[in-house]
Amino acid sequence: MAISDEQVLHVARLARLSLTDDEVGKFARQLSSILEHAERVMALASEDVPPTSTAIPLVNVVRPDVVGECLPHDKALSTAPESEQGRFKVPRIIEEPR
Amino acid sequence: MNDLWRMDGATLAATIASGEVTALEVADAHLARIEATDPDVHAMLTVTADYARAQAGRVDAARAAGEPLGPLAGVPLALKDVLCTDGIRTTAGSKILGDYVPPYDATVVQRLAVAGVVTVGKANMDEFAMGSSTENSAFGPSRNPWDLARVPGGSSGGSAAAVAAGQAPLGIGSDTGGSIRQPAALCGVVGVKPTYGLVSRYGLIAFASSLDQVGPFARTVRDAAMLLQSIAGHDPRDSTSVPADAPDMVSGLNEGVKGLRIGVWTESLGDGTQPGVRDRVREAADRLAGLGASIDDVVLPSFEYALSAYYLIAPAECSSNLARYDGVRYGMRTEGRDVVEMNSRTRAGGFGDEVKRRVMLGTYALSAGYYDAYYGKAQKVRTLVIREFEKAYERFDLILSPTSPTTAFKIGERTDDPIAMYLADLFTIPTNLAGACGISVPCGLAEDGLPVGLQLMGPPMAEPLMFRAAAAFEADRGPLPDPPLWT
Repeated sequence: MAISDEQVLHVARLARLSLTDDEVGKFARQLSSILEHAERVMALASEDVPPTSTAIPLVNVVRPDVVGECLPHDKALSTAPESEQGRFKVPRIIEEPR
Repeated sequence: MNDLWRMDGATLAATIASGEVTALEVADAHLARIEATDPDVHAMLTVTADYARAQAGRVDAARAAGEPLGPLAGVPLALKDVLCTDGIRTTAGSKILGDYVPPYDATVVQRLAVAGVVTVGKANMDEFAMGSSTENSAFGPSRNPWDLARVPGGSSGGSAAAVAAGQAPLGIGSDTGGSIRQPAALCGVVGVKPTYGLVSRYGLIAFASSLDQVGPFARTVRDAAMLLQSIAGHDPRDSTSVPADAPDMVSGLNEGVKGLRIGVWTESLGDGTQPGVRDRVREAADRLAGLGASIDDVVLPSFEYALSAYYLIAPAECSSNLARYDGVRYGMRTEGRDVVEMNSRTRAGGFGDEVKRRVMLGTYALSAGYYDAYYGKAQKVRTLVIREFEKAYERFDLILSPTSPTTAFKIGERTDDPIAMYLADLFTIPTNLAGACGISVPCGLAEDGLPVGLQLMGPPMAEPLMFRAAAAFEADRGPLPDPPLWT
């Protein structure tokens, strides 16, 4: 299945990746060829085969609801590109009403 | 003793325990070896000399105080730069984490410290463990100690190259589709992908969470088994960690292969595999037969589709895992007018080509309208691969194949062709999809003079048997030539 430039741009928006024009063309070609290879999968997978999401049959792993050791606040913030008043700082998300 | 770096881990630990040499002298000998060889090999992203000397000092102090030492106490190790180390830069081979200093240790790192293992450096890798050559590292490729014009394999190529170059007798890697076994094969060392859930993933920078597993490199099967033993076992901080004691992988190493049933994966020895690789692996099967194993062919037709399924499942999981690199809590940030632009510019500048390619592929495979066609179908193929393994293990205890279809390729040879690169993992991927275990053991040199790896695969938790067969093969095979870098 061939992937168009428009589809590449749509997926890039979903994945939060800004791409150059050269990258759009290159990824369209490369993703098309990888998917063509992957489509061989479909011939094999019939309706009656259940999917496997993980190889180890563990479900609903829980621990006692007790507070354990946590990363101290300052250590957790130490890796942030920007922080203020003990919080992670990001550019403005919501405009103030004028 | 100038040649401490030539010794294997078990021998070094015994030499330290007897008081013949200190752990600090052992650490310094390996740090000197790194200094001498790493300008050529580029196995290390960060040499952790101070950390190593402090750890070695603790081993020496414990010995002086008469405290019992662990079986690998004082032995140097190269740690793949994908495991978080408290206070030591951890990059995952990516520009986006180029200055990242984790505020905590991975469970594996804690267990290595408890065992007295001495970490001498953080090893190079393909960015976020995506690749088969280390050429996707944002910090430049590592080089194969057997031929510096060739790749060491990947993604854990730095750890494999460090062990092959004598920079450390032990290494730690992570294996999502072959990233420990394939570089072990290409560098002529031992590498193990443990059963999924045997080793904690807490503090392992995630690539594809249903496939990732941490495992050992070494120059002997015994060292690899001892190292895995020291990091294996349940961890409450990893919900996919198997809630049971790790099996004893060391005490049965000398029990031999008499009576073991070993299947030879027929399709792995076809025309697509380099003739010299086929020859060495067939000889290895004959050697195991000579030691008393019963050898027969096994046909595994659905494995042909495992690679395709893997290249949908792994990118899908990676696109989800790597969403966390958004310039907010850690890693680099490139400013933008708003949050979305900041996120998108940060990721565009911080990720390399292969990571972008897989994030895009995974996002596409999970997007509305395509989920069932790609990701859903790939998960069904995963079921078929598991069923085929289960059927095969009714007849066999272990399955044998080459680790990789070829020996080490030249740097640059496959960088423009993603599918050619992906084929390096053709024989290793089924084990990851099945959550099972596999080992690569050196089995000689091919017609081009480069190392060949023999892969032995077993069902989940078959590590004791796998190590036993590998050790029997290794002992019968005898010593192999050293890499040119050793002379």
